[in-house]
Amino acid sequence: MKHNGEYYIIASYLSIPRLIMSASPSPETLLRISAASFRRQRLTILDAVDLTLRREEIVTLIGPNGAGKSTLLKIALGLLAPDTGEVWRAPGVRIGYVPQKLDINQALPLTVRRFITLSAATSTSEVENVLTDTGIPFLIDASVHTLSGGEWQRVLLARALLHKPTLLFLDEPAQGLDISGQDAIYALIRRIRDTTGCGILLVSHDLHLVMASSNRVLCMNRHICCSGRPEEIRHDPAYQSLFGGVNVQHLALYQHHHDHEHPLCDHEHHHHPSQSPRP
Amino acid sequence: MSLIETLQTPFVWRALLGGLAIALITGPLGVFIVWRRMAYFGDTLAHSGLLGVCLGFLLGLSPTTGVLIVCLTLAALLAFLQARERLAADTLLGLLAHTALALGLVALTFLETLRFDLTAFLFGDLLAIDNLDLLWVWGGGSIALIVLIAIWKPLLAATVDEALARAEGVPTGRAQAMFTLLVAMVIACAIKIVGVLLITALLIIPAATAQRLARSPEQMAVFASATGIVALFGGIAASLTLDTPAAASVVTCATLLFALSRIIPVRH
Repeated sequence: MKHNGEYYIIASYLSIPRLIMSASPSPETLLRISAASFRRQRLTILDAVDLTLRREEIVTLIGPNGAGKSTLLKIALGLLAPDTGEVWRAPGVRIGYVPQKLDINQALPLTVRRFITLSAATSTSEVENVLTDTGIPFLIDASVHTLSGGEWQRVLLARALLHKPTLLFLDEPAQGLDISGQDAIYALIRRIRDTTGCGILLVSHDLHLVMASSNRVLCMNRHICCSGRPEEIRHDPAYQSLFGGVNVQHLALYQHHHDHEHPLCDHEHHHHPSQSPRP
Repeated sequence: MSLIETLQTPFVWRALLGGLAIALITGPLGVFIVWRRMAYFGDTLAHSGLLGVCLGFLLGLSPTTGVLIVCLTLAALLAFLQARERLAADTLLGLLAHTALALGLVALTFLETLRFDLTAFLFGDLLAIDNLDLLWVWGGGSIALIVLIAIWKPLLAATVDEALARAEGVPTGRAQAMFTLLVAMVIACAIKIVGVLLITALLIIPAATAQRLARSPEQMAVFASATGIVALFGGIAASLTLDTPAAASVVTCATLLFALSRIIPVRH
């Protein structure tokens, strides 16, 4: 792999229109993946996938298990290199990454403050600011081993924000949260996009909330089945054949949950400061 | 001879000095071994010690140099196999550890001229270290400690979560390769003094003892070194008064400190 500024040529291909396109991406473009394919053993995991992410845009990858969503995210992050195809990032982009829940050794004493500053050179006031932005200023000196699911997601978001990202990658950011927790996380993600103007690439299973939050949805199953604005996607035959039935159920459930609060269900509500005061 | 008089003899001083160097480096190195779940890796390197001694003898080098070469080769071989094989890390480590031990035993039978004290090799000879041993352990220990401090930040980030750190631009590959090298180096330098069977104990037990009291990663490393030093002094004193094997007494003492750390109440 040749490293040429921020431009990675992973495999050469000689399609002239593409070359012209890749030489002059629009100034709004932060990330572009062109014709990326990825194989392991004889299995094709990704087949000629294209993806473009612009400023102030939330693009969501949806697809069934094994569709290659996480592989594509890792390629976008630079953690994996595609076998063929090309990955381009705008010069000077800063990356924020929210992985799926981490497994940190219990024997490692780590506070939230320390965890989010592990790979960032930063000041105390910046740390306090991102924790306030994500709604968890009271967790600054808490041990990471005592966090609930919702708190973890916010801590991971805070760590990503500390890098002042222009490109934010989120892998199942609302995984394991109940409906109101998911709602709160997605509201936070929309707010981050609106206040920082960063481009956000999201992998998700939460179809209903994704639809409400995304600018564009990429529906994939090893290749891109269809893409477009959420309301367009919903009527696309390719989308309906993958998710149609499921989505109808989810939408019905979502409407129901969204109309009222749940007094009986408070096991995942730690993420609201007022509900979980900490010493 | 009273304990005070004994403490003034050179062999005791050398034991204390050598042990001090080992405790200072095994503390910070050991916490990473505990966090990274690499206890069996240390064991594997120690198992290869005999092969290293034989190799050193064959090549006309010092035993420590031979052990160092074999340890580094094993570490590289493990990285290679992990990338290629689908076997779990502990299976690969078991394969390497026992192959290295068996090869060492086979090699030993062909080296009839090699005078070899198996007991000292297995259990160490803390009270019989000479000035050259001291030079090895202080030289190797200081270099290892300086390098470890230099790579501390990226190594800690990689230990907490490798993919996340790498995505954020941390040079995790370099830090982790360097760490493997340090473990091999420290084991090679300390094996003659502490013995094959007990070197891993000095990496694991002080770190485990420090875990309950520490509030930060750095605190845990410092507490681990302190535990190692207390265990060292206690163990040598016990060895001199009760005439027990020195390295084994040090490890026993460390275990007592571990038990103590679990009993005393800690405010959190």
